Amino acid sequence: MALKIIKSQCTACGACEFECPNAAVKFKGESYIIDAALCTECVGHFPKPQCAAVCPVPGTCVPV
Amino acid sequence: MTAGLVTLGSLKVASREDLSQSITGPEATGCKATACGSSGGPADMDPATWARVKDHPCYSEEAHHYFARMHVAVAPACNIQCNYCNRKYDCSNESRPGVVSERLTPEQAARKVIAVANEIPQLSVLGIAGPGDAAYDWRKTKETFRLVSAQIPDIKLCLSSNGLALPDHIDDLVAMNIDHVTLTINMLDPEIGAKIYPWIFHDHQRLTGIEASRVLHERQMLSLDLLVARGILVKVNSVLIPGINDAHLLEVNREVKRRGAFLHNIMPLISDPDHGTHFGLTGQRGPTAAELKAVQDACEGGAKLMRHCRQCRADAVGLLGQDRGQEFTMDLVPEQVAYDPAARAAWRDWVAHEREDRRAAVAEAEAATRAEVAPQEQPLLVAVCTQGGGRINQHFGHASEFRIYEVDARGVRFVTHRRADNYCTGGAGDENRLAQVIRTLEGVPVILCARIGDCPRDDLAAAGIEAIDTHAHDYIEPAVAAVYRARKAAPAATRTA
Ligand code: SF4
Ligand code: SF4
Repeated sequence: MALKIIKSQCTACGACEFECPNAAVKFKGESYIIDAALCTECVGHFPKPQCAAVCPVPGTCVPV
Repeated sequence: MTAGLVTLGSLKVASREDLSQSITGPEATGCKATACGSSGGPADMDPATWARVKDHPCYSEEAHHYFARMHVAVAPACNIQCNYCNRKYDCSNESRPGVVSERLTPEQAARKVIAVANEIPQLSVLGIAGPGDAAYDWRKTKETFRLVSAQIPDIKLCLSSNGLALPDHIDDLVAMNIDHVTLTINMLDPEIGAKIYPWIFHDHQRLTGIEASRVLHERQMLSLDLLVARGILVKVNSVLIPGINDAHLLEVNREVKRRGAFLHNIMPLISDPDHGTHFGLTGQRGPTAAELKAVQDACEGGAKLMRHCRQCRADAVGLLGQDRGQEFTMDLVPEQVAYDPAARAAWRDWVAHEREDRRAAVAEAEAATRAEVAPQEQPLLVAVCTQGGGRINQHFGHASEFRIYEVDARGVRFVTHRRADNYCTGGAGDENRLAQVIRTLEGVPVILCARIGDCPRDDLAAAGIEAIDTHAHDYIEPAVAAVYRARKAAPAATRTA
């Protein structure tokens, strides 16, 4: 139960890192990545995954 | 090195005369050093506001001749999607679309600002604008401001925002002594907003459609009200999108003025399929120069417009149209930089004298014009080639933009700048430069420059444009007034003779 970032589409804006309630998003190399061990799909925090809701590029923060 | 910029090296040895020499050029003659009490700003701005913006190159046309501002891109995250934006590029807010700025961490940005301040003493303003929203990505914005103002306490800080997240940080903004904020407001009516903003992210939710624009509008008005109430100057930027918000911008203009914005700047939508924006891809066009001017003119009675705004690229560094940003990319900035305040202090001292001198010269020239030219004479438009310093100090062949002044018996007024590169004119890339310049100068019968070759002079003359280089290195307004008197005062002179 986690989301991942499609690296080739990520603009590295960092909005997902900013919004993630679990600090699951980190900057690595050229783009952001989601630590699947920390990601809860925002369950218990918010109705929808925050990274996907804020990401400006459609289809970039998607379920693993 | 260009004449408009004085480096640290020259400042170390500089007397005021050396500085005059380096900015006015080798052929400059001595200034008429007449002191003058006129330190007022433009007639349409209250003195308290003028006092706060007179050294701000983005807000004061006059200041743009003496002071430089720089932007750093430290806050790339954004909380709204605009149809004129593609996140791969910079935000259209305060920068040119289709341009990518160097993204920096707050620590890198602070180092860069200090390196620039040491090298370009004209630096007076640090702005954080796009890409991203400086108020949404607030932690990075705040940290950058904190690091810079710890070393350069007198630098003015400003930021640009869409206003959605800004109310959350109003206390921080006041505490950090930020006195200028630019809000981009393109609509009051959510139905119109829905055509500009596909979604916003607010309060942990993505909102779409009219709901998104309704919330955005409410937050924008709240931002404006809070900023005004807390004494922070607010400029409003609006992007003119033909067929969507062109007529509506007059309402925006009235409303933002009523709420206390001190400037309202109408910027053209710049739309190109290559930018990959929604508007670019769907064929939404930008306004023509005439459409832009029509809206700007209609708004003028409302908020004061910022005619000299050139939509600098976000990481531009320098005076007027110059961009020395490439000299300060991060790989060229040293690991350790210590701020040296001496250069900026010397520059400010010199500028204070120079501006007084210029004002005195302008007052003298305007008085002469009033005395010699009948008030009912038609105004004249004059183009000027300058690199700053308020003087005609650029070779015609080096000018890629022209400052347009209007002169009549009442005085000399800056009207706008016109660019003669492909950016604003939409001209073909291989178009002959001179043909492009002639097209850019449509309706402007005179151009003043520091020098011009015989061939372009003849070609301009054939197009009905008189090129004059006998006012090289003079102050702009007195020279423009002298040209006007030469053209218009003849009948009066005949009468009195
Ligand atoms: S789904 Fe939620 S928890 Fe997982 S990475 Fe995205 S924001 Fe973080
Ligand atoms: S919000 Fe999207 S584009 Fe921005 S850093 Fe995260 S994944 Fe990349």
